[in-house]
Amino acid sequence: MKHSTQMFAESDLNNRNRRYEQLFKTLFLLMTLLLIIPVLVILGTLIVKGSGSLSIEFLFTEPTNGMTEGGIFPALLGTVWLVSVALLISVPLGVAAAIYLSEYAPDNWYTRIINLAIINLAGVPSIVHALFGVGAFVIFFGFGTSILAASLTLAIMTLPVVIVSTRESLQAVPHAFREACWNMGATRWQTIRKVVLPNAVSGILTGVILEVSRTTGETAPIMFTGAAFFLPYLPQGIFDQTMALSLHLFVVATQVPNVPESLPYGVALVLIGIVLLMNTLSIAFRMHLRSKKKW
Amino acid sequence: MATTKATEQLDFDRYNQEWYIDKLVQGVVFLAGISAIVFVLGIFIFVTMEGIGFLFKDFSLSQFLLSPWWEPTDDDKPTYGILALIAGTASVTGLAMVVAIPFSLGAAIYIGEFATGKTRETLKVLVELLAAIPSVVWGFIGLSIMNPLIIDLFDVPVGLTVLNAGIILGLMAAPIMTSIAEDALKAVPDRYREAAEALGATRWQVIFKTILPAAKNGLLGAVLLGVGRGFGETMAVLMATGHAINIPDSIFDSVRALTTTIAAELGETAVGSPHYEALFTIGIFLFLITFIINLSADLIVRGIRNQ
Repeated sequence: MKHSTQMFAESDLNNRNRRYEQLFKTLFLLMTLLLIIPVLVILGTLIVKGSGSLSIEFLFTEPTNGMTEGGIFPALLGTVWLVSVALLISVPLGVAAAIYLSEYAPDNWYTRIINLAIINLAGVPSIVHALFGVGAFVIFFGFGTSILAASLTLAIMTLPVVIVSTRESLQAVPHAFREACWNMGATRWQTIRKVVLPNAVSGILTGVILEVSRTTGETAPIMFTGAAFFLPYLPQGIFDQTMALSLHLFVVATQVPNVPESLPYGVALVLIGIVLLMNTLSIAFRMHLRSKKKW
Repeated sequence: MATTKATEQLDFDRYNQEWYIDKLVQGVVFLAGISAIVFVLGIFIFVTMEGIGFLFKDFSLSQFLLSPWWEPTDDDKPTYGILALIAGTASVTGLAMVVAIPFSLGAAIYIGEFATGKTRETLKVLVELLAAIPSVVWGFIGLSIMNPLIIDLFDVPVGLTVLNAGIILGLMAAPIMTSIAEDALKAVPDRYREAAEALGATRWQVIFKTILPAAKNGLLGAVLLGVGRGFGETMAVLMATGHAINIPDSIFDSVRALTTTIAAELGETAVGSPHYEALFTIGIFLFLITFIINLSADLIVRGIRNQ
C-alpha cells in the first residue's frame, strides 16, 4: 500500500474492480473457447477417422456389397441434382421476394405479415416441412417421391435464407444511388435493374452460396419426398428418385449392418467438407466485398 | 419535320412501354413477396388435410396429450398418446438450453464487449462456421463419438440418452444463439456505455448493470429461438437419443421425441391409415408450438427496436 498516500493513486477499490474485470473477462473467454474447442476436437476426430476411407475412387464409385463397401457416387450426384433443382426454384423466387420487400413494400400491416411468414418459414421444424412435402407435392400434385418433390420441399424450406441475405445486400446499396437514377426519369424497375441489382449482385451471390450449403446438409425434408436409402441406378430426370449424401450418412450409420467403422466417417467428412467449404467461400467473398466497398 | 415527329412518337411509346413493364414487375415481385405467406398457410393446410381424418374419428384430445402410451401398431387396441414423446422432446431441449444458454450468452458478451479487431473477427467466423454443421452430422457425432465417451465416463450400459442428445443439441443451438445475442448487445446504443463509464463504472459494471438489462429482450429472443430449434430438431435427436418411448427419470435414460417419431415411422405407414394420420396430427402440434415460439420471439425482439 505504499501508493495509498499519493494523490490519484490506485485505491483498493480500483484494484479490486480491475481484478474483477480481469476475472470476468477470463471467464467469458473461457466460455467462448469451451463452445468452440469441443467442436474443433470433434471435427478433428472426424478427419482422423474418416480420411482413411477418402479417395478419388471413394467419390466416384458406386456402393457395393449391401452398401458396406465401395464409394458414394450416386449419393453425391443425387445431392447435386437436389440442390440444383432446389436453387432453380428458390433463387428466382427469393430474389424477387427480396426485391419486393426492399424496393416496393410499404411499411404497413401486410408487409409485417410477410416478414412474420418468412420468420415462421425458417422456424417450422424440418420434419413438418417433410410432412408438407408429402401432403402437397408427393400426393396432392402427384409428383410422387421424386427429385422434383424433394427439391420443392427443400426450396420452400430454405427460401428465407435467400430472401434475408438478398434483402440485406439490396438495402446496403445507398438510397442516394436510387434517387440519382429516379431524377434522371428512370422508372422503379429501370433503377433496380440498372443501379440496385448490379451493386448488390455479389452480396446476393454470397447468400446463394450459403443456400447451397444449407440445402446440401438437410436430411429430414427429403427422406419421404424423393431420397431413397439405396438405388441400383442413377436418376435420369426430375421425376426419378435419387440417393442423397445427407441421407446416405444416416443410412450407413444406423440402418446397414456390418458397415466397417471408417465408411460412415468418410461420408460424414465429405458432407461436412462440402458444407464448410461453401460457408468459408461465402465468408471470404463477403470479406473481400467489404474491403472493396467504396461507400 | 417528319423524322423529329417519328422520334418523339418513339420516345413516347418507349416511355409507355417502360411504365407498363414497371407495373408488371411490381406485380410479379409482389406475388413473390406474398408467396412466403402462401407457403406458411400451405404448410398448415396440407399437414392438417392429411391429419384431419384422425381428428374426426375417435380422437380424444385428453388421451392424445395425456396418455404416455404411443402404441400405434398394437393389433387389438392401438393407442396414440404423445405424453412420453413430449417428455422426451422437453427433456432433451431443456438440457440443451442448460448447456447452450450460459455458454452462448458468455460467448456473446466476450465477442461483443471484450474482443477487438482480429480476435473478434476470427471468433465470429468460427461461430458462423459451427452453426453451419448439418444436423445429420451432429447425429452421427452423437452416435459414434459421444456414445462410447458417455459409456466410458459414467459407466452406463447405453450412451444414447437425454445427456447425449442434450449436449449435441446444445452445441448445435449455441452458435445461432450466440449470433442473435451478440446482435442484441450490439443494438444497445453506445451512449448507454459512455454514460455508465462517465459515472465511474468499471467494464463489468457497465455490462451487468447497463448493457444486459438494456438488451434483455433481445437475449430472451435468442433463447426462445434456441428453444424453437431444439423442439424442431429431427436428425440429430433421432440418432442420439436411443429412440425408446420413455418418460425419463434421469439424464441417463433413453427417450424419444415428437419429431423423431414422425421421421422413424412415416415410411412404414400406409397413406390414409390412422397411424399415418396420427403422425400428421403430431406435425400439426409441432407446427403450432413452433409458430407460437417464433411469434413470441419476434414480438419480444421487435419490442426493443420500437423502444
